[in-house]
Amino acid sequence: MPPVLALEGVSKSFGAVAALRDVRLELRAGEAHALVGENGAGKSTLVKILAGVHAPDSGKVLLDGAAVTFGGPAEARAAGIAVIYQEPTLFPDLSVAENIFMGRQPLRRGRRIDSAATRTRAAELFTRLGVRIDPDRPARGLSIADQQLVEIAKALSANARVLVMDEPTAALSGVEVERLFAVARSLRDEGAAVLFISHRFDEVFDLCQRITVMRDGRWISTDDAADVTVDTVIRTMVGRELSTLYPKVAAEPGDTRLEVRGLTRWGYFDDVTFDVRGGEIVALAGLVGAGRSEVVRAVFGIDRPDAGEVRVEGRRLPLGDTPAAIAAGLALVPEDRRQQGLVMELSVERNATLPRRWALAKAGLLVGGAERRSAATWAERLQVKAGHPTDPVSTLSGGNQQKVVLAKWLSTQPRVLIVDEPTRGIDVGTKAEVHRLLSELAANGVAVLMVSSELPEVLGMADRVLVMHEGRLVADIARAEADEESVMFAATGQKEEA
Amino acid sequence: MTATATPVAPRTNGASIAHRLFVVRELGIALALVLLIGVTFAVNTRFLNAQNVKDLLLGSSILAILAVGQAIVIITRNVDLSVGSILGLAAFATGAMFQSSPNLPIPVAIIIGMALGALCGAVNGGLIAAARVPALVVTLGTLYVFRGVDYTWATGRQINAADMPASFLHMGTTTVLGVPVLALFAVVVLAGAGIFLRSYRSGRELYAIGSDPDAARLYGIPVGRRVFWAFVASGALAGLAGVLHAARFGTIDANAGLGSELNVVAAVVVGGVAIFGGSGSVYGAALGAVLLTTIGSALPVLGINPFWQRAAVGVLILAAIGLDRSLAVRMARRLRGGSARGA
Repeated sequence: MPPVLALEGVSKSFGAVAALRDVRLELRAGEAHALVGENGAGKSTLVKILAGVHAPDSGKVLLDGAAVTFGGPAEARAAGIAVIYQEPTLFPDLSVAENIFMGRQPLRRGRRIDSAATRTRAAELFTRLGVRIDPDRPARGLSIADQQLVEIAKALSANARVLVMDEPTAALSGVEVERLFAVARSLRDEGAAVLFISHRFDEVFDLCQRITVMRDGRWISTDDAADVTVDTVIRTMVGRELSTLYPKVAAEPGDTRLEVRGLTRWGYFDDVTFDVRGGEIVALAGLVGAGRSEVVRAVFGIDRPDAGEVRVEGRRLPLGDTPAAIAAGLALVPEDRRQQGLVMELSVERNATLPRRWALAKAGLLVGGAERRSAATWAERLQVKAGHPTDPVSTLSGGNQQKVVLAKWLSTQPRVLIVDEPTRGIDVGTKAEVHRLLSELAANGVAVLMVSSELPEVLGMADRVLVMHEGRLVADIARAEADEESVMFAATGQKEEA
Repeated sequence: MTATATPVAPRTNGASIAHRLFVVRELGIALALVLLIGVTFAVNTRFLNAQNVKDLLLGSSILAILAVGQAIVIITRNVDLSVGSILGLAAFATGAMFQSSPNLPIPVAIIIGMALGALCGAVNGGLIAAARVPALVVTLGTLYVFRGVDYTWATGRQINAADMPASFLHMGTTTVLGVPVLALFAVVVLAGAGIFLRSYRSGRELYAIGSDPDAARLYGIPVGRRVFWAFVASGALAGLAGVLHAARFGTIDANAGLGSELNVVAAVVVGGVAIFGGSGSVYGAALGAVLLTTIGSALPVLGINPFWQRAAVGVLILAAIGLDRSLAVRMARRLRGGSARGA
């Protein structure tokens, strides 16, 4: 029996950049197939070819063994291919039911949409998925997890034979991931072919029977999951040995740099008190929604807290005043680099020098290539891979974008660096570089406060782990005592000390 | 853990709010209209005599037809600024046709006017879809181009009522069972567009495009083609409006409909169509047109200097946007389930 969907010798270029070169892939019925690779390895381009968004420059797409050409996403969908993108693509103003059946709404006489049937069928899908989402509500305001479920319902409604999931779990919590996987497994067991793209290897090995590795737009290997380990897969992905993922260099903590006392923002977090000392990496751990990002936003002055105080090197900061926070030596690398960390249309060098545009200017004018020189220094130090410093930052891969955000703030020579999910959605190689960089910074005396949802990262990097639960700081665990159990215990709100 | 436990109740809640919001958008404007008419009627009961009501309906019909076309375009997150010029061109063309062939049947004149408008709309839509230029810029350009064609054609001439057949002019003022024929045109257009947008797949796709154009493209909706036809529809309706303009006023020069595009956009926005697309209805847009026309004739009756009319329209636009915004904020808060930390 031929594979349900296969790629043979597929190449695709955008301008001079070759995104895919001679790539192959076989998706079989009743099997979950993982696709892994660093960012920029060509996974997203491959997904878009399967989805009919891009047509390959050369090579073949085979559906049940026969070559096909998709004229667009609608044709791929009609062929039974459902794609769930990393960022859900719903229409916020339309109802959930309409989102599921857009373009395929049940009709009654005169080709008019039967909205009652649309609603009923959407409700049936949600019952089958075992979730409660009102089909009549607009998609606007759904949580990411619920949006993913709506996307799954879309795939179910189309009786998809191939389900492609591009990093669906990046923004989900543990329970939500489990629910998503339960659905993916049942689809797989009913004979669908599943393609799963993820940076989380525990999930990959949990769900998938075969694993394909890509690097630099090329196919590298396809193995049975049983024949490989996380280590061998990572090594294949990066094509080099990784000494260690979490290279924390021990550093002697210095003076207290950041003091947070009784910080409160009603409805978000309550009475948060902690210190960070120079040379220390302090992790802020907790479940999604515990209020970690909200705390660091308040410390940095983006949101105005209702009570409490923030001191940097003993000097009290005015609350809710970001320029003052920056002037005092704070820097924040935000959670969502595309929305909050970068101006996507501006060039790499403009982005990298944005916080220092006044310092670099002469009499208010940016002249004489000051931006270029400064940006070049930092791009080199962080090994940013960009075509040209004047390229828009939107053309870079996720990992390189994150490096630009880091460069931007490191060039201000901060006394306290706050990083919020510094390695979310970036590949293993860059991840290790980011970790090494944070560790170096701490060794040079910078106080680092790191929000992270990845437990291994927290445990590997942090000198101390602060744990939040439902808006309160519930634990302060030293590196020696911190392990998965003690952190999870505190994060889930268990009272006893581990 | 809270994330999975709490959202159950607010979700059902959210739907009723969403429904209410849909109703509120059209109801709010209808209420404002009733209030305005009620107050004006209380001040002067002659405001609602047969002649004045007929004048109101006549006055709002053409604006309502333009507003329906404009709403279709705005729902796709575009805008058509050239409708005033298309109206002028179609009106002058109608007059010129009757001048050269006085025996032209009226339905043929209407079809030619609409076809001319559709052609102009196709120019707009083609430029926007093919060249991927923002609609604001393209239609700003064609606003001048179409008007320029009109001026060149008219060369200062004016077409008078005497140049057009009496039956045609009669259509512009006559009533059927007390309702002006022009208003019937508007009702037919409104009903057609309303059903299309609500109950047809391609109509719903217009909303999807306006709601998130990138997602629409990823989903495989033929965005360019749909937007093209939205502009053709808007152009055709502006053409129809031009023919009706000729019938109603009888005297046409090259300035017919000059500056009316902003009135049309105002009517659509006041009628609750979101300027960034994706939501609102043609019914709201038509109500907006009626409201704006009614204000125009109500202010003198209320003893308010008619020079204030423009300011009143402006206040209405701001009020509509303010209402829209506050409703959106409130709905977002409720839909999020009231739990501030909900993941």
